Amino acid sequence: MRRFLTVAGFTLGLGLSSATADEIWVSNEKDDTISVIDIDTLEVVRTIEVGERPRGITFAIDHSVLYLCASDSDTVQVIDPETGKILHELPSGEDPEQFVLHPDNRHLYIANEDDAITTVVDTETRKVIAQIDVGIEPEGMAVSPDGKIAITTSETTNMAHWIDTDSQELFANTIVDQRPRHAEFTHDGSELWVSSEIGGTITVFDRESQTEKAKIDFEIQGIHPDRVQPVGFEMTRDGKHVFVALGPSNHIAVVDPKTYVVTDYILVGRRVWHMAFNGDESLLFTTNGVSGDVTVIDVAELAPVKTIKVGRFPWGAAYRPTN
Amino acid sequence: MIVRSIAKYLAILWICCGAAYAEVAVTIGYLERVEPQPPVLSNLDPIPEDEGLAGAELGLKDNATTGRFLKQTYSLEPRIVVEDGDFVSAARDLLAITPFIIVKAPGSDLLALADLPEAGSAVVFNAGSPDTALREASCRANVLHTLPSRAMLTDALAQFGVRRKWTDWVILSGPNAKDQAFAGALEASAQKFGIRILESKVWDVDADMRRNAFQELPLFTQDFPEHDVLVVADETDDFGRYVPFNAWEPRPVAGTEGLVPAAWDRTVEQWGAAQLQNRFEELAGRTMRPVDYAAWAAMRTIGEAVTRTNQAEAGPIRGYILSDDFELAGFKGRPQTFRTWNGQMRQPIPLTHPRAVVAQAPFEGFLHQRTELDTLGIDEAESACKAFRE
Repeated sequence: MRRFLTVAGFTLGLGLSSATADEIWVSNEKDDTISVIDIDTLEVVRTIEVGERPRGITFAIDHSVLYLCASDSDTVQVIDPETGKILHELPSGEDPEQFVLHPDNRHLYIANEDDAITTVVDTETRKVIAQIDVGIEPEGMAVSPDGKIAITTSETTNMAHWIDTDSQELFANTIVDQRPRHAEFTHDGSELWVSSEIGGTITVFDRESQTEKAKIDFEIQGIHPDRVQPVGFEMTRDGKHVFVALGPSNHIAVVDPKTYVVTDYILVGRRVWHMAFNGDESLLFTTNGVSGDVTVIDVAELAPVKTIKVGRFPWGAAYRPTN
Repeated sequence: MIVRSIAKYLAILWICCGAAYAEVAVTIGYLERVEPQPPVLSNLDPIPEDEGLAGAELGLKDNATTGRFLKQTYSLEPRIVVEDGDFVSAARDLLAITPFIIVKAPGSDLLALADLPEAGSAVVFNAGSPDTALREASCRANVLHTLPSRAMLTDALAQFGVRRKWTDWVILSGPNAKDQAFAGALEASAQKFGIRILESKVWDVDADMRRNAFQELPLFTQDFPEHDVLVVADETDDFGRYVPFNAWEPRPVAGTEGLVPAAWDRTVEQWGAAQLQNRFEELAGRTMRPVDYAAWAAMRTIGEAVTRTNQAEAGPIRGYILSDDFELAGFKGRPQTFRTWNGQMRQPIPLTHPRAVVAQAPFEGFLHQRTELDTLGIDEAESACKAFRE
């Protein structure tokens, strides 16, 4: 398919980039679509119709398929990234909101928001292999780089639940500030970071002891602390920056992961939610729910370079290399 | 092998850290006085019998889920006192079991409970009465309020009026005490925010509106001066439903009808509220009302304080609730805390019509040195409450 497009472009004398450039896939929560952004042209090149209320979005490790939480369809859809066709659906439990793919490229850990359950699905056999009782409104999902620990955060219970992926059982529950939304392990696996939307903080846990190691606060001049609400965040592989979406304050915070100090704030669109890097992490794409667009940030400059209109209430973002 | 030994190591850690949480068992009382409902023109929307209690039950479930991970257990002791029943002895019964009581009752009952000697160290939550006086001169140090005061509701509406430049109001109020209390709160809010109330009339026509709305209301509202909004003060829910589209002038209706400020409404769905609505509907088989929300918030306030302090003594719990450390995620987009000068829970106020949220107060531009939420209701400097100033 790609080759065909390349050839077609060539014969028509058009630029090749649009057919071969890497992409950012954005789930539009209130449009039931995915917007596909071409990273070279920074334009939406495809809009794909999917299930109801798409939120969590992630590619298989080899990028052969896309997994998508279609929350109101109560399913995880498996999509062919070349054609945009839905290949099949996975049992997900009710109201899947967010998920994480285990490094084995096979097991999905899914937060079932309405059911207070984390569901573990085998993407090969397409069967549920475990359901784990967690707190109310599970949302944030993370897995350690070595695959040994999965995390679910629960919004109303205000906890990070630590799951032993060997036994699929909880082995620790740690309290965080109000309304945890997102969790990530550091790339070396030594720390777990959890954002608290209403608490306005990120709590950093030591992975070995599950104890609190640091707490990060955010402060933007001219914006009341109540509106500074950390949600999604991403860490660069080089360990230099953590980018934190601050929701209705319309800013991204830049945090130094060694000192836990906020070094910068970048203005983006309204109610910024999640984000994804391109392949070399030179660009960061943030989903801005209320303004219905994506802000592109130049990571070296720490400055926004472009805003791209997508669907209504963009939620998640995922990077897809095509070369 | 490595995996297993790590699992074992982790299991040991779990035991170690779990032990940091002592077992805590908390009983929460729910005390309600069934209030007589005056006859109203329409029987379309009766007040659900479990209003309030259903909210407390949902809060209990939410607390129990968190408690399960921390060896903290919660139980609910509901007591419903009939119209002419003995509220005070029911209160005494509950106080013998627990210091934590959520109350849905008229202000007089609430104060009778609060003033009992047994209630001296209790933590009582008012989830049923919006009377501003209970947060003012009649405030009690052992009473916290999770239901917004009338002043907070009408301040929210006044801010909306200023924001939209709909600043010329006329008021149509009912004859009952609570209707007049709402009308009084409207007057105070109007003065606070620079709204002009051009005229205020009391509805005194005893015709049956189902037949006569089209004849009566245009005539009754005909002599109102030119205005931007017709504000209805009908907490009794009697004639208000017949006002929209039946007034002489084609003007928007607000107050207890039309655009309504309230602690909660079924149309609130942002900030994760949809999940709370779903959980409530699953439990109660109906939509969540403001008093349900206030009872839920009271229950969750106790739960948060127990979770964070890992104990259930009334004194430290009250201290924690009123401290800077306390905050509750109440599904309205901002952390909800308590005013230390009168025990009122700060909270945003949604303004809704029957099918959608129109806006949420406080609005941008209404500034406050502490938090914009304190632009709603009685602020510290104006407060007549002395009980919280030890």
